[in-house]
Amino acid sequence: MRSERSSWGLRVAAYLGVAFLHIPLLLIILYAFTSEDRTYTFPPPGLTLKWFGVAFARQDMWAALWLSVRVATVATLIALALGAMVAAAMARARFRGKDSISLLITLPIALPGIVTGIALLSSIKRAGLEPGLATIVIGHATFCIVTVYNNVVARLRRLSPSQLEASQDLGARPFQTFRYVLLPHLATALLAGGLLAFALSFDEVIVTTFTAGAEQTLPIWLFGELFKPRQRPVTNVVAILVMLVTLLPILLSQRLTQGHEEMDGAGKST
Amino acid sequence: MTATLTPPSIPSLAVELRGLVCTFGTVKSGTVKSGTVKFGTVNAVDHVDLEIRAGEFYSLLGPSGSGKTTCLRLIGGFERPTAGQIRLFGQDVTGQPPYARDVNTVFQDYALFPHMSVLDNVAYALTVRGVDKATRNKRAGELLELVKLSAFASRRPAQLSGGQRQRVALARALVNTPKLLLLDEPLGALDLKLREAMQTELRSIQQSLGITFIYVTHDQGEVLSMSDRVAVFRDGRIEQEGTPQDLYEYPRTAFVADFVGGANVLPGALVGRVGGRFALRPERVEVSADGPGLNASITSVHYLGAQTRLELDANGVSIHALIASSRKFTPGQTVNLRWDAADLRPLED
Ligand SMILES: Nc1ncnc2c1ncn2[C@@H]1O[C@H](COP(=O)(O)OP(=O)(O)OP(=O)(O)O)[C@@H](O)[C@H]1O
Ligand SMILES: [Mg+2]
Repeated sequence: MRSERSSWGLRVAAYLGVAFLHIPLLLIILYAFTSEDRTYTFPPPGLTLKWFGVAFARQDMWAALWLSVRVATVATLIALALGAMVAAAMARARFRGKDSISLLITLPIALPGIVTGIALLSSIKRAGLEPGLATIVIGHATFCIVTVYNNVVARLRRLSPSQLEASQDLGARPFQTFRYVLLPHLATALLAGGLLAFALSFDEVIVTTFTAGAEQTLPIWLFGELFKPRQRPVTNVVAILVMLVTLLPILLSQRLTQGHEEMDGAGKST
Repeated sequence: MTATLTPPSIPSLAVELRGLVCTFGTVKSGTVKSGTVKFGTVNAVDHVDLEIRAGEFYSLLGPSGSGKTTCLRLIGGFERPTAGQIRLFGQDVTGQPPYARDVNTVFQDYALFPHMSVLDNVAYALTVRGVDKATRNKRAGELLELVKLSAFASRRPAQLSGGQRQRVALARALVNTPKLLLLDEPLGALDLKLREAMQTELRSIQQSLGITFIYVTHDQGEVLSMSDRVAVFRDGRIEQEGTPQDLYEYPRTAFVADFVGGANVLPGALVGRVGGRFALRPERVEVSADGPGLNASITSVHYLGAQTRLELDANGVSIHALIASSRKFTPGQTVNLRWDAADLRPLED
């Protein structure tokens, strides 16, 4: 069959593409186990597990991880509340300029992080806020809202208004309609949007450098660690950790929205 | 809850609409003075007065866009009237939200909840009223039995056929025994055979439960066979109201004569009267190859099975006639038309 042969060529191209994307990741994992601590010679002279011990013994690593978890959790919660509310408002409202508003809401995800960062920094200064946990959270929430918003808007579009009417018609109060009809309809979209938001926040560097002040989230700690000459493989160990924490939610959220085709905003540019 | 005798306190009127107006467009409700229509707005319902008796099977009939759905949505509470009053069983409900009205609706797209089982869908009205699980499942089971879907209780709506969904929607709307049921073209999506079966079923359910039904459709055949009374809508107004026989036999306007049963609307001069227009049912037109009567030529012949429809031209006026298919005519043939003078119904202008 002809299609068989052409798909063979395509398959090679696909494998090459995947290899190009993933070989660097595999190298990172490999060098977490190297016995040589300064240069990345290939192949590694020997393999060891000691860097895991070294990394886990670092108090500053744990502090950075804890901060990242707190930031990502709070930013996700804010994104869930605000993103869902904005989506609900936009789904119901009919007004002029609605498309522009919708664009404005989704813009932060397309905006280069450096622009968002500078803008936030100057606003924070003007407002007289002390950089810290709160300002990091605010920065992350700007783009986390978008993932929730996009997921919920897409899901609301598939809700026929007669379902909400049917619920009211059968005697449900507004809260009951929310609880029994709207929430189940949105549940997986909210979960998927929330997981994506968490992953985005957890590995964000650029915006964070502008809003963090003296605080160190895990990616920023990692970034600083890269320039220290000794114990390089420690950064690889932590990188694996970051990969796991961000990859799992993304995979999960992809599963949740399977067949819904609404993984908008899964990637943040720069 | 056994009501063997209807208590005299129950009002005999289920629905009263008084001067009901519903305007869509840029004008906000309340700013429209009665009688004036501003540019860019449409009175989907335009000064409708209607009385529906308790226990009636009442139909709203009319062409697309004539305001039937809007009228139904006003009664259900999904639209706010621009002007006028809605009374249900003697109570003014004009400003009340849907959940406060003792009215349920069977939606055109059924609007079943996709994430719930069929049983949970049917039990919904009881769930939101806080009825305990055992009681509500028992009651929902009874309703599923009524619509012959007991075997499907645990399925999701997506796993049902169109006709089965329609029955679930009906069972769900009946589970808390509302006093009034609104149905918006509930059979629109079904094929002809199923449609006819459901018509009979709907009618018998309505009669056995004694619930008032308001039924919206644009299918005049459906209306004639099921309804106690019918209101014919045109451009948001009621053109004529009455029993199916009234509408069919005594149409008051050319619009009703044409829309209900497709009557001929003929100028008085043609049928030997002075002025005015007259309705004449196609099956009351006698066609013969010779003999006295109005001279006409056949323009086309449409075989419909038991009957054949003839399109005729008489002095430039087109007339159609329904005749038994056993009689043969060919296009171009000249024939004579006769009718009983009593079958000519004078129409208002
Ligand atoms: N939400 C709305 N906004 C603006 N105009 C509307 C709205 N709903 C209905 N209309 C208009 O009101 C008029 C009556 O509509 P309605 O839906 O009541 O007609 P209908 O008799 O039910 O027709 P159909 O048989 O096609 O369902 C139409 O001209 C329609 O365009
Ligand atoms: Mg309609």
